[in-house]
Amino acid sequence: MQLLNTLLIGITAGSIYALMAIAFVLVWRSTRVVNFAQAGMALLSTYFGYEAVSRIGSFWVALPVAMIGGAIFAALVELILMRMLVKHASSGPIAGVAPIIATLGLLGVIRAVISMIWGGQDLRIVAPISNNGFTINGSTLVFSPLKLLILVVVVILLILLSVLFQKTNLGLALRASAHAPEIARLSGVRVDAVRTLGWALAGAAGAVAGLFQTVNGNGNFSPDSIEFSLLLVSGFIAAVIGGLDSLLGAVLGGLFLGISISFVLIYVSSGLFFIAPFVILLVVLFVRPQGIIGVKAGRRA
Amino acid sequence: MSLNVSNLTVHHGAICAVNQVSLAVPTGKLAAIIGSNGAGKTTLLRALSGLNKPTSGVVNWNGQTITGTKPEKLVRLGISHVSEGKSVVADLTVKENLELGAIWRKNGKEMKESVNQVVDIFPRLGERINQRSDTLSGGERQMLAIGRAIMSKPKLLLLDEPSLGLAPLVVEQIFQTIRDLTNELRLTVLLVEQNAMGALQIADLGIVLNLGKVVAVNHAQALMDDPAVRAAYLGY
Repeated sequence: MQLLNTLLIGITAGSIYALMAIAFVLVWRSTRVVNFAQAGMALLSTYFGYEAVSRIGSFWVALPVAMIGGAIFAALVELILMRMLVKHASSGPIAGVAPIIATLGLLGVIRAVISMIWGGQDLRIVAPISNNGFTINGSTLVFSPLKLLILVVVVILLILLSVLFQKTNLGLALRASAHAPEIARLSGVRVDAVRTLGWALAGAAGAVAGLFQTVNGNGNFSPDSIEFSLLLVSGFIAAVIGGLDSLLGAVLGGLFLGISISFVLIYVSSGLFFIAPFVILLVVLFVRPQGIIGVKAGRRA
Repeated sequence: MSLNVSNLTVHHGAICAVNQVSLAVPTGKLAAIIGSNGAGKTTLLRALSGLNKPTSGVVNWNGQTITGTKPEKLVRLGISHVSEGKSVVADLTVKENLELGAIWRKNGKEMKESVNQVVDIFPRLGERINQRSDTLSGGERQMLAIGRAIMSKPKLLLLDEPSLGLAPLVVEQIFQTIRDLTNELRLTVLLVEQNAMGALQIADLGIVLNLGKVVAVNHAQALMDDPAVRAAYLGY
């Protein structure tokens, strides 16, 4: 029972990391930028969700509001900030790192602006259903209806994303632009617009990750939430484990990381909470630097 | 539907890669641009398809000035460019590569018909339709690159070194296919080639480029008979 419990907790946390990892991968694929502001965007989206909940009262309205808000914000960041950076820092040693450093700066700016608007204190979003564990044969699991719900929603989103990428013209344009922008342009794809769309999708995925990370924890969040630092680190590590270039890799990386951390915390020591993800990252980088699903398969969408 | 280029100049930084080039390709004709490595052939083609920005000069397609227009817009005007080095997307399947060529038309039924049309022209692609394109041979990849360009229903086809790195027998097939396509689809074609002999044999018109300048323009046959061109580019 302990084993099943550990696995289920790991899968739930892992599915949230997977969403965050997908956000990293989508941005990486569309503009070759590691977007460290992703956690800030997810946090901001959570505040959007909070506003929706406090006005309308339903988590199920907050989720799409956060997604749309997150998508629009991310698209604006790409349109305004990233394009300007690429234009102005097009040569020299700065060119390659300027956008990445800018995302770190943006992370700070977003947190500061959130503090100015909403204040630095904890706000709270109440989970839509109970986070009290299921009871089986008299023993109570940590796995709860809420965690099951998170899992189901994430799986649905992943299916929608995979249909988008594999079955639609838009997905074809996204994939072609990621792997061969010049050929995509010659085929008539407006690569610039597709890049913005890649960021928007990442913003929406990050928004879901932010909301779920919040309600899967104690429901509290603030500009300095440790939950969001953890989400940033875990999502990034999951994306790297998955090869950074692959959506499937991001999902597998997220699940792998979530399950590994869960086992370490429960079977080794809960004091390893902040060390475990980094140790797992290092081990993966030593053993399989190309990511867990490899270069060849890893480059599939 | 003719292509007219006048005084086109393109720079790579300080280097003038294409210098005051003027040329005209009449509708339905196949023009070969030959010249040695570094003559500016690829740069010229990339400037025509919008990948490189020209410094000065005018490109006119079908009565419309298209100088410096972006490639994604030119496709919609019927100009399709197969860039150097078997330009296929390795991570996509054969079918997806073909669909990419028609993606801006956004019509599912038309797309299916176009895929079938390309498969009729290149049956080998039909056999490999669901394979990733990086599993194809060099010749098949070139067929796929040309097939992708055809998918956009072009009027003007710009081909950059389609024979590059292919076995002689395959080169012959590709050249023959280019000639057949020009006739059947009533295309206007600009073919850049290092394989001067092969290109001139299928071309109507030959243009010799040297150090960024046009040094000779003539009927392809006349160029093949020209002793100077023969000595410099055909090797006999």
